[in-house]
Amino acid sequence: MNDFIPGLVKGMATTARQLTRPTHTAEYPDVAPELPARSRGVIALVESNCTSCMLCARECPDWCIHIDSHKEEVPPASEGGRARQRNVLDRFAIDYSLCMYCGICVEVCPFDALFWSPQFEYAETDIRDLLHEKERLGQWVADVPAPPELDPSAAEAPEVTAANKPARGGRAARAPRSRRDEGEDA
Amino acid sequence: MSLLEISLRSLAALAAVLVLPLVAGQAEHKVMAHMQGRLGPMYAGGFHGWAQLVADGVKFAQKEDITPAAADRSVFRLAPAVALVPYLLAIALLPVHPGLAAADVPGSVLLVLAVTGVGVLGTLMAGWASANKYALVGGMRSAAQLLAYELPLVLSVASIAMAAGTLSLAGVVEAWSPWWLLWQLPGALVFLVAATAELQRVPFDAPIADSEVVMGPWTEYTGLRFALFMLAEYAGMVVMGLLFGVLWLGGWQGPFADQLGWLWILLKGSLVVLLIIWIRVSWPRLREDQLQRLAWTVLVPLALAQLALTAVGVVVTA
Repeated sequence: MNDFIPGLVKGMATTARQLTRPTHTAEYPDVAPELPARSRGVIALVESNCTSCMLCARECPDWCIHIDSHKEEVPPASEGGRARQRNVLDRFAIDYSLCMYCGICVEVCPFDALFWSPQFEYAETDIRDLLHEKERLGQWVADVPAPPELDPSAAEAPEVTAANKPARGGRAARAPRSRRDEGEDA
Repeated sequence: MSLLEISLRSLAALAAVLVLPLVAGQAEHKVMAHMQGRLGPMYAGGFHGWAQLVADGVKFAQKEDITPAAADRSVFRLAPAVALVPYLLAIALLPVHPGLAAADVPGSVLLVLAVTGVGVLGTLMAGWASANKYALVGGMRSAAQLLAYELPLVLSVASIAMAAGTLSLAGVVEAWSPWWLLWQLPGALVFLVAATAELQRVPFDAPIADSEVVMGPWTEYTGLRFALFMLAEYAGMVVMGLLFGVLWLGGWQGPFADQLGWLWILLKGSLVVLLIIWIRVSWPRLREDQLQRLAWTVLVPLALAQLALTAVGVVVTA
């Protein structure tokens, strides 16, 4: 008796306190969820950046990226120049019924053609409609958020560190280069 | 009393038993949700899901009415009515305004107790007639609970009737004075606990404990008959809340009782209903033996002590 009466009172106090506080419910279809930066919703393709290098398709663990391309000859820009070849993307498709959202393709793309978009509302009633061709993949680009600011205490990127290195006078500025030359020679 | 007046009063009681339980049910939806950090129904009817239970009613009406092949057909089909109609009668007996009750009878305290006792018979009939082991276990639990809690319920009401010196609900309200709140406090607590047990609500919901016996006696019910059982549960809550308001909280008494009497009784009744809901959200379920022990070793002695205290009070002040 002496044990459970305080417990019962405590239980009622807990529920009464919760009654006065705001609820935790996310009213999803009415109110869009606040997704964190780098949310893995859907992969967007910036078609003009793609060189059909096939790195993403080869790294994809479940082979859900389809790429078709052909080579085109670009006439020389100036008279007497050499004609160059360029890859033209014919087809770029991601099959989201296979994709496991690992993000390796986004990581591996050397030309910044693939990005994560937090957009996630692309469920379909037919599994075949989950195969997004490059036009559909291009539409997701509009939803790609700007990359989040670096953490204030994070280390700077190596390029920034190098550029910000204080100049140490004419000789000192040249010194590292000569040292690297020596290294390459050695 | 003319035929027109009789039908008007009956219709008023019917409307009360159809509307008030829905209000109580909606209050339970919302209060329980917010006590658990949720929102509860938000869509039906537009504004904060006010029509959720109306929508539920429509849904139940559309569902198939199934009677199991092995069931005792006539008893099975009659049980929901036996559960609901007594509360309709009980609501008609409650005085809602000075000099106004749908059915004003001299021995209304006695009648309201007898009638609410019949209500649980519907649960027993359902439990037996379903020919289902869960329903049977639930029905047995409910029978044991009935037996244990009817006694303290009657004893605590007897105490208040003795204090008022009348068996009429309206008479009790007229005789009521605020210091009864203290004098009759043990009886009030006993009634509150026993009424919760009679309604088979948390923490006394072992007969319909869904984690143990599916839905107890209601397991085999579908469609409108199931809805009638649910309606009976909430009608019972409303009746017990109003009855508590009438007997222990002074019914229509309050400022401007001549004009606002009906509002006072509704307010007092809804406070009790809210308390029952609050308890449901906060407390765990009692085991079958625990609730038996509570009834026989705590409630019955407490009710008897209250009866003795009332007797002393009545003799001394007489």
